[in-house]
Amino acid sequence: MAHGSRLKAFPPKKNMTTSSSFPLAVHDLTVVYRDKPAIQDVDVNIPAGKLTAIIGPNGAGKSTFLKAVLDLLPRVAGTVEVFGKPYRQQRQLVGYVPQRASVDWDFPTTALDVVTMGTYGKLGWVKRPGKAEHDLARQCLEQVGMADFASRQISQLSGGQQQRVFLARALAQDAEVYFMDEPFVGVDALTERAIITLLQDLRQRGKTVVCVHHDLDSAPEYFDWVMLLNVRLIAAGPFDSTFTADNLRKTYGGAMKAAIDHFAHFEQSKG
Amino acid sequence: MEIVITGILISVACALLGTFLILRKMAMMSDAISHAILPGLVAGYFFAKGPDLFAGFLGALVAALVTVTLVEALKNTQRVGGESAIGIVFPAMFALGTFLVARFFENVHLDTDAVLFGNIEFVAFDRLFIGDVDFGPQSYYVAGALCLINLLFITVFYKELKLATFDAGLAATLGFSPFFIHYALMALVSVTSVGAFTSVGAVLVVALMIVPAAAAYLLTDKLPMMIGLAAGIGALSAVLGYGLALAIDSSVAGAIVSVAGAFFFAAMLFSPSHGLIAKARRIERQRVQIGLEALLVHLLNHEGEEGEAHESEMLHLSSELRWLPQFAQQIVGVAANRGLVMQVNGHLILTDNGRRQGQQLMVY
Repeated sequence: MAHGSRLKAFPPKKNMTTSSSFPLAVHDLTVVYRDKPAIQDVDVNIPAGKLTAIIGPNGAGKSTFLKAVLDLLPRVAGTVEVFGKPYRQQRQLVGYVPQRASVDWDFPTTALDVVTMGTYGKLGWVKRPGKAEHDLARQCLEQVGMADFASRQISQLSGGQQQRVFLARALAQDAEVYFMDEPFVGVDALTERAIITLLQDLRQRGKTVVCVHHDLDSAPEYFDWVMLLNVRLIAAGPFDSTFTADNLRKTYGGAMKAAIDHFAHFEQSKG
Repeated sequence: MEIVITGILISVACALLGTFLILRKMAMMSDAISHAILPGLVAGYFFAKGPDLFAGFLGALVAALVTVTLVEALKNTQRVGGESAIGIVFPAMFALGTFLVARFFENVHLDTDAVLFGNIEFVAFDRLFIGDVDFGPQSYYVAGALCLINLLFITVFYKELKLATFDAGLAATLGFSPFFIHYALMALVSVTSVGAFTSVGAVLVVALMIVPAAAAYLLTDKLPMMIGLAAGIGALSAVLGYGLALAIDSSVAGAIVSVAGAFFFAAMLFSPSHGLIAKARRIERQRVQIGLEALLVHLLNHEGEEGEAHESEMLHLSSELRWLPQFAQQIVGVAANRGLVMQVNGHLILTDNGRRQGQQLMVY
């Protein structure tokens, strides 16, 4: 009883977006796949209101990092905090866009219905989505340029359109920080533009976005912040000071000439 | 009549869950559960010292959850693949069951034949008496209750089931435990199996869960519709199956499942959206369309050139576009019918309409 009244006297702040609590603070995160570490001792704080790319070679644990953060994979060690509190208490503030290929697009449902799924978290158990949820879902489809496809069967959408449906669904979650697993993979140019416009729009609204990304060419143009990962965290920071030849060599291994070429290209475009 | 009503109720109860088993690609799991509940039933029989419905359900539920847990555990060792894990666990459970039956209950009602094939023919003999009043066959109440429970489950948790089936990852991040939904569904599959089991037996329970739902999957792209169709096909199979069994004087359970199988086969062939015939038609249409476009573009490309006369010869079409003469003739025939080309002295000439369409194709 006394405990309850104390809570009333000092209501917790709803969105703790103060500078002291990062949208994502990861401490000593280790994830093991079979008997090998997939993520080893990663410490990173992702800043608010930035677009952050997670970059690294195949098998570097980029998706694993996201999944471990979201409690979809067991952590061997480490803590994950979202705006200063354990992730489990902050689910409502987190939006997730899984890899497109992770679901069965032959599932008998429509684009609008998939987007509406984004609203389920706020609805909670049992309660059904109503007009408000469907209206929100429709708005979200419109934001990704898919308003005309609302009642389209999801199996009839192209890869890029399916990706945009997934993004619309994340928008419908109305989160503060978004985790996206390779949103640019296998999409057409139109969708790529739509996604990047959307990301910039989210940033403008003060949201934080963390994307697994593997195209080194487009990364500097799209993102403000980078997290270079190869099982261990190689470097994390603002793009310009972190996306260096030295760091890329460490991330991709010294022999990885392609990565270095990309870097040279990046330097040129900066110059 | 009592057999038909029992059959309908059981078919519907099975089909409701079957829809989600199909969508979760877990048809084999229902097979596993329907067999693996046998030791549970025997244990129930043993503790109740006789056939007792409640003890049977409880035993089966425990056995089913043990099976699902073992399968998951075996999968998690990553030493055997998903389907193999099921293949290892359920025969072991079923073997344990048959072993127990043969060893301890040799002379009782619970024989292996009944377990495998059920005996829906006898439902009229197990009646529910309260005092001296006959409330009809016991199976009405069992099958009816199962129908109701399953309907309630998929109605109340429709949103959660749909989300966890389509995207378990998102379900988990939104706080809907896919684990809970998985086990709840498995628990209902096991309870429903017990109910259906006494009527149609362990082998055919699987068919009632999976076959109507698989047929429904081919007939619609809407989930509520798929659930309704699955239940409808299940119920219809029960009615027609009973009629068939009477007509040819054969096993009712066998006939019900045969009819359900016929429905599936018909759906596979004739479904307007996903049927094999519709698909073949679609492919043929595309083939003609692509051929037509190639013809228009080809003629347009060579229009006004020196070699135009040569390029537009029928014979040349076959060799230049690598078409079989029959196909070339078919395409030219269609093109002529639609007023896109004309034949003049054995040469093909684009009509104005054909030229316009060809130019549209070349815009890209």
